[in-house]
Amino acid sequence: MEGHLNLTLKIWRQKNANVAGKFETYQVSGISTDMSFLEMIDVLNNRLIEVGDDPVAFDHDCREGICGMCSMYINGRPHGPNRGVTTCQLHMRSFQDGETITVEPWRASAFPVIKDLVVNRSAFDRIIAAGGFVSVNTGNAQDANNLPIPKDDADEAFAAAACIGCGACVAACKNASAMLFTSAKISQLALLPQGKVEAAKRAEAMVAQMDEEGFGACSNTGACEAECPKGISLENIARMNREYFSATFSSK
Amino acid sequence: MTKLDAKIPEGSLAEKWTKYQSSVPLVNPANKRSLEIVIVGSGLAGASAAASLAELGYKVKVFCFQDSPRRAHSIAAQGGINAAKNYQNDGDSVYRLFYDTIKGGDYRAREANVHRLAEVSGNIIDQCVAQGVPFAREYGGLLSNRSFGGTQVQRTFYAAGQTGQQLLLGAYSALQRQVGMGNVKMYTRHEMLDVVTIDGKARGIIARDSVTGALERHFGHAVLLCTGGYGNVFYLSTNAMGSNVTAAWKANKKGAFFANPCYTQIHPTCIPVSGDHQSKLTLMSESLRNDGRIWVPKKENDNRKANEIPEDERDYYLERRYPAFGNLVPRDIASRAAKERCDAGYGVGASKMAVYLDYAAAIIRYGKGEANKHNMHNPSDEEIQAMGKAVVKEKYGNLFDMYKQITGEDPYEVPMRIYPAVHYTMGGLWVDYNLMTTIPGLYALGEANFSDHGANRLGASALMQGLADGYFVIPYTIGNYLASEIRTPAMSTDSEPFVTAEKEVRDRLETLMNIKGSKPVDYFHKRLGKIMWDECGMARSAEGLKASIKEIQALQKEFWSDVKIPGEIDNLNPELEKAGRVADFLELGELMCIDALDRNESCGGHFRTEYQTEDGEALRDDENYAYVAAWENKGNGKFELHKEELKYENIKIAQRSYK
Ligand SMILES: Cc1cc2nc3c(=O)[nH]c(=O)nc-3n(C[C@H](O)[C@H](O)[C@H](O)COP(=O)(O)OP(=O)(O)OC[C@H]3O[C@@H](n4cnc5c(N)ncnc54)[C@H](O)[C@@H]3O)c2cc1C
Ligand code: SF4
Ligand code: FES
Repeated sequence: MEGHLNLTLKIWRQKNANVAGKFETYQVSGISTDMSFLEMIDVLNNRLIEVGDDPVAFDHDCREGICGMCSMYINGRPHGPNRGVTTCQLHMRSFQDGETITVEPWRASAFPVIKDLVVNRSAFDRIIAAGGFVSVNTGNAQDANNLPIPKDDADEAFAAAACIGCGACVAACKNASAMLFTSAKISQLALLPQGKVEAAKRAEAMVAQMDEEGFGACSNTGACEAECPKGISLENIARMNREYFSATFSSK
Repeated sequence: MTKLDAKIPEGSLAEKWTKYQSSVPLVNPANKRSLEIVIVGSGLAGASAAASLAELGYKVKVFCFQDSPRRAHSIAAQGGINAAKNYQNDGDSVYRLFYDTIKGGDYRAREANVHRLAEVSGNIIDQCVAQGVPFAREYGGLLSNRSFGGTQVQRTFYAAGQTGQQLLLGAYSALQRQVGMGNVKMYTRHEMLDVVTIDGKARGIIARDSVTGALERHFGHAVLLCTGGYGNVFYLSTNAMGSNVTAAWKANKKGAFFANPCYTQIHPTCIPVSGDHQSKLTLMSESLRNDGRIWVPKKENDNRKANEIPEDERDYYLERRYPAFGNLVPRDIASRAAKERCDAGYGVGASKMAVYLDYAAAIIRYGKGEANKHNMHNPSDEEIQAMGKAVVKEKYGNLFDMYKQITGEDPYEVPMRIYPAVHYTMGGLWVDYNLMTTIPGLYALGEANFSDHGANRLGASALMQGLADGYFVIPYTIGNYLASEIRTPAMSTDSEPFVTAEKEVRDRLETLMNIKGSKPVDYFHKRLGKIMWDECGMARSAEGLKASIKEIQALQKEFWSDVKIPGEIDNLNPELEKAGRVADFLELGELMCIDALDRNESCGGHFRTEYQTEDGEALRDDENYAYVAAWENKGNGKFELHKEELKYENIKIAQRSYK
């Protein structure tokens, strides 16, 4: 049932990458519990515009948990308090009347702040460009059913492929490691016969790019898995390590 | 009015494309390296085109407004992609896919394009599997299929309820591979704000870097717009927040005709509006109609809970009205039927503007099936429920979760409440068989063009079309144009047309910033959306459309004198971006009404209340309206209509029946 909330928001404001940011406090009232978190920010923004202030910049697009664009660090957790949801799918019924909510951008040196809550995640694109593909040109393919794939392998590959590239795993990690993201792609392709051929080379190239981007090392605390909105499993990291070590052994 | 030449190749329908492919002029590899192509959009159409053209050796630049090409709106497609593989041995064929698509489009699509689409559909699946797209599979390891609306075969390939995501990530990986190899230069967080034409040919674009606000000029021997659909003209739709018409609209202003703008698809199964705060609507995939049954109470204004209404007091109105296709009638028909029931007072939920989509029967059916598979002879009801729910979860889990997230209700226990919402736009830039617009060198691919879906698109056909255009059509058809451009050197962007285009873009941005009115952009967008939904949505009438045109014109004036845009022009400024898009929607909305008013018939998604059969079905007028309406923008809100006559040489045009 719909209810209404009055909330205090502490939001990170930063004009651009070159200046220091700070928290600002705002009050919002009459927030419907049926609203999504982003719709609540819309309400705040329209009020800010009316009084002549600069609205809070944030990334978003699909608003249904699939594009991976939304990225708010809410009360100390990427995508907020609920498990398995993105910020855009978080609804205000998960909050209490009178609550103070703190909202920050993803924090990681490889994800520099652009403005307010917007960060630059292009490092992820470069990791994929380094090897997150099967080297097949358009027109090279054989008939799709010539390559039967055991259902369990296909399902496992799909589970890894469900990563939306949001970066919550990096934001959750005290080392700002990108292992969960990188390993999900490496796993997906290593599990499938089409991707197996280049598996070792791929792992080596993607890990090298990941390091070059300045992401931290993995210390197996599992915070990434706990905060990942798509349930990407730590097993992917183990699989990536296997591929990676087989690559580094064979290339030596 | 000019006659539009669609440049359809000679020959019998089934041979046109093959013949075209073997006779189209080629560009040799050395020449390709000096030919530059600008691609705007990185969705299925843009990413697949960019990867394929770069593989061929062209120099490619790609633009998107999101922070990564992987976030294009295609990512959100749920249900699946069609292909005439006939893996199920259930009678499918290229011809049948072609036929279903033409019929589904209510005989308003171009035969030759649709046949080509059906021909290449199988290659798409092959290509995607080769890239590592994890489609759903059967235990034997082969690909699984399901059915979608408007067909009686199972030809839809899928990856749970995330087919668009998996296909786009496949195309994105192919694109990133070319980025890594240096063949594609990617510009993210860039918005294209104009097409530059030189001597009548498209030669580049003006783009704004959203982070710095800087305007940039980019040259291309050809420009491809793969910028998606314009459903957000209605404010509320299932499209992503950023989906917009700006690129196509700027092209229209520069001379590219806009075809069939009024053909809008209202999708029958979306989560109903819950309040004024709502910023977008969420689709519940059509694949749910495979297994779910749609009903309303037989009693008017029935306030009982769904589970308290006995079976014989439920009206499965689609099964009743359309016994042959039942819950799988095409979208336009299912949407109108839902509206009809709700308008008549049989709607459900607090707003009464919803119908039920019920999984109870499917859960039992699947549960019993599982019991059989596991040799359980007397399963208890609980066991059947548990096993049935597990199967439903595997097929549709993410959709059910999404429903629960948004509504707070559990669809495994109570039927979902659904209502039609704006979803897709069949209209778009007019293109010929080569996918070229009326501006030489300017192409439109994917949802941005008008070409394949007539007046109504069948489910799982947009993904097919986007990838067909990008992987398998444009790599051939662009050669037809570029073969004659090999002597054109890359042009300097200091030339007068680039300078002028940039100045016009800058002036407009400054004008917007300087209005300093009193209302935020959303205020205008919502008002436009309401006009469009009420008068140019599921039911249209001449009277309503005429009034709307006046209202929209007044709203345009109000917008340009009272919009308030905060922030700076040379910084990240989402409100400024939105303002530009809404300004274009305001003009497009007017054209949509003009087009809807011109079309004195009902067809597919375009339903004019004056033109219906006795039992409320769309009544076409093939004698007078079997044409594509292509609109030329004459400036100052003036448009001239050009017609492309549609000829049906292979299909007998008939009243569409799904009964
Ligand atoms: C919720 C939902 C579910 C769907 N499910 C299905 C389904 O199951 N099966 C099916 O076949 N179809 C489905 N569709 C339809 C289908 O997803 C789309 O029609 C299709 O993905 C469009 O692809 P596209 O490449 O043409 O455009 P998009 O994917 O929309 O890409 C547009 C691109 O253009 C860029 N762009 C736009 N304007 C500019 C500009 N001015 N400057 C720079 N860049 C710009 C964007 O950044 C983006 O990269 C669904 C649609 C929705 C909304
Ligand atoms: S692994 Fe999870 S948290 Fe990390 S980017 Fe992918 S979806 Fe986001
Ligand atoms: S806005 Fe797309 S995942 Fe949140």
